Amino acid sequence: MSESSGAPQWLERGGLQQLLDELRAREYDVHGPVLRDGAIAFEPVVDTAELASGVHDVQEAGRYRLEPGDGGRTFAVVHGPAALKPFTFAPREPLLQVQMDGPGSSFECEPVLPDTGRVAVLGARPCDLAALAVQDRVFLGDRFPDPHYAARRENLLTIVVNCTRSVSTCFCTSMGTGPEARSAYDLALTEQDDGFVVRARSDAGREILGALALPEAEEAALDRERIDLEACRDGIDRALDTTDLRELLYENLSHARWDDVGERCLGCGNCTMVCPTCFCHDQRDEPELDGKASLRVRQWDSCFDPDHARIHGFDFRARVRDRYRQWLVHKLASWEDQFGTSGCVGCGRCLTWCPVGIDLTEEVAAIRGGGTA
Amino acid sequence: MSAVAPARPRLAVFKFASCDGCQLQLLNLEEELLALAERFEVAHFLEASSRVLEGPYDVVLVEGSITTAHDAERIRGIREQAGWLVAIGACATAGGIQHLRNTAAVEDWKREVYPHPEWIEVLETSTPISDHVRVDHEIHGCPVDKHEVLRVLTRSLLGALPDPPRGSVCVECKRRGQVCVTVARGIPCMGPVTRAGCGALCPSLGRDCYACFGPSRDADPAALANRFRELGLSPHDIARRFRGITGGDPVFRDAAQALEDSDG
Repeated sequence: MSESSGAPQWLERGGLQQLLDELRAREYDVHGPVLRDGAIAFEPVVDTAELASGVHDVQEAGRYRLEPGDGGRTFAVVHGPAALKPFTFAPREPLLQVQMDGPGSSFECEPVLPDTGRVAVLGARPCDLAALAVQDRVFLGDRFPDPHYAARRENLLTIVVNCTRSVSTCFCTSMGTGPEARSAYDLALTEQDDGFVVRARSDAGREILGALALPEAEEAALDRERIDLEACRDGIDRALDTTDLRELLYENLSHARWDDVGERCLGCGNCTMVCPTCFCHDQRDEPELDGKASLRVRQWDSCFDPDHARIHGFDFRARVRDRYRQWLVHKLASWEDQFGTSGCVGCGRCLTWCPVGIDLTEEVAAIRGGGTA
Repeated sequence: MSAVAPARPRLAVFKFASCDGCQLQLLNLEEELLALAERFEVAHFLEASSRVLEGPYDVVLVEGSITTAHDAERIRGIREQAGWLVAIGACATAGGIQHLRNTAAVEDWKREVYPHPEWIEVLETSTPISDHVRVDHEIHGCPVDKHEVLRVLTRSLLGALPDPPRGSVCVECKRRGQVCVTVARGIPCMGPVTRAGCGALCPSLGRDCYACFGPSRDADPAALANRFRELGLSPHDIARRFRGITGGDPVFRDAAQALEDSDG
């Protein structure tokens, strides 16, 4: 809870609607977790009654279920397949509009920048926030900041909900990203039976909190918060041992475990799509039939695609095994060389949403174990 | 395809054993039809016009599978008239649902089905166009996606090779923000081994993919079959999933065969 400015405040359970109204009054398009097709998704919400309720999530490798019972909590579901990624790095978006008089003539290119308006996401998790920080480095941290990402990012307000519940696939404690928010946020909530402890950590967040004119959180609420977060932390038993992880992976590029996982992996790319930090994309040109205009479009791509590493007709990651190794070694090792941080935030989505339940913590443990699977 | 496409290429559409659904996708391009007819000279397209112009044709779309000796002869004649030949749809690219007869004796089922089996002159098998002539490009699906047909034709005007959708159906499903039916509901879905191109149509409607676009490149049916077993399907049931519309594709055919063999 370091760096948060001002004393933590208290929002009554019924006051959540007030927060929504305040955000909407400030022209934020508010997205929150709603029930959708057996999971939760961030979708536009106007009324707190639209938020997912009455259920909690049970997650394990390759399996996600919502089960009855929310314990009276608004944010009882830890997370769904999508993190904040689609809000900043769109699954598919135009980059450039090309115009020309016809084949052979000169052409003009106009950038197409997104105009999303202000977006507030209520109910992001600390791991989602950590992933956003990683993506900020990827898209904005270099000499060539991505203007599309920047435009969306600038308009994004994050209202993170600290985790007082975990699922079996969570390992944020190994990655230092949870269960309480550590990366920059606008507002953070910690849910309790009768309300929320609220903190602001940005000017926008402070302004909103100021407008709500909330009382300071009582000492008892803060004590309870500490206990709840500690209990959540203690309840997370999945672990990824990060000791010298980068070196471990670099030294084991020929480990037999890669063959073993290559046999199980479908190469379908689901892990990369749900990963909140995976940023691979493909660009394609979509010419108009009249030959006078063409749109350059960017869309999510996966390093598991057979064409992803095909250069001049040669595929230097020809086998699924090679692609899994590339993904894992990049995520957990060479990401650090490239961006100065791990690419993994311990959200566990790649385990849950893998149709065959491949568990990266298990794969790393097998490699660390030194055996041959 | 030549580097410089003719100003107004001659387009022809031919049909073999099929339902016409794929060529109808061309007609379903309602808003683009007039522009299409401007950019291409529609020289042979019986579904659209009774006006038939002689070949040669610059771009030929072929729908359907080869099931008779007459068709096997006819496709060779079309190939000779075609500059750039594109097979469209599951029948033309994998033999279609009618490939199912490839696993049985043709004389047996003729007697089962027809009152006068002696009138039926067909080959033993239903096979894709590429088994008979050189095919320059394949557009997959049952039916094909009309937008992909338009993209391929548009690019051909620019002398550009097609740039088909990449990856598995799962990638499209996740781009759409859909919830996985296998992970969240335990429904066996063929998406992980199926070629992208439909935009994850079936999963977006809450049901499993049934692989009508055929196997994705490097698809691993055995790994998916193991998962289907865990979800409660018998080897026989799993084999049936692979013996669907694109079951004539060697990747799915061999997977189904292996499962049937393992089932005794």
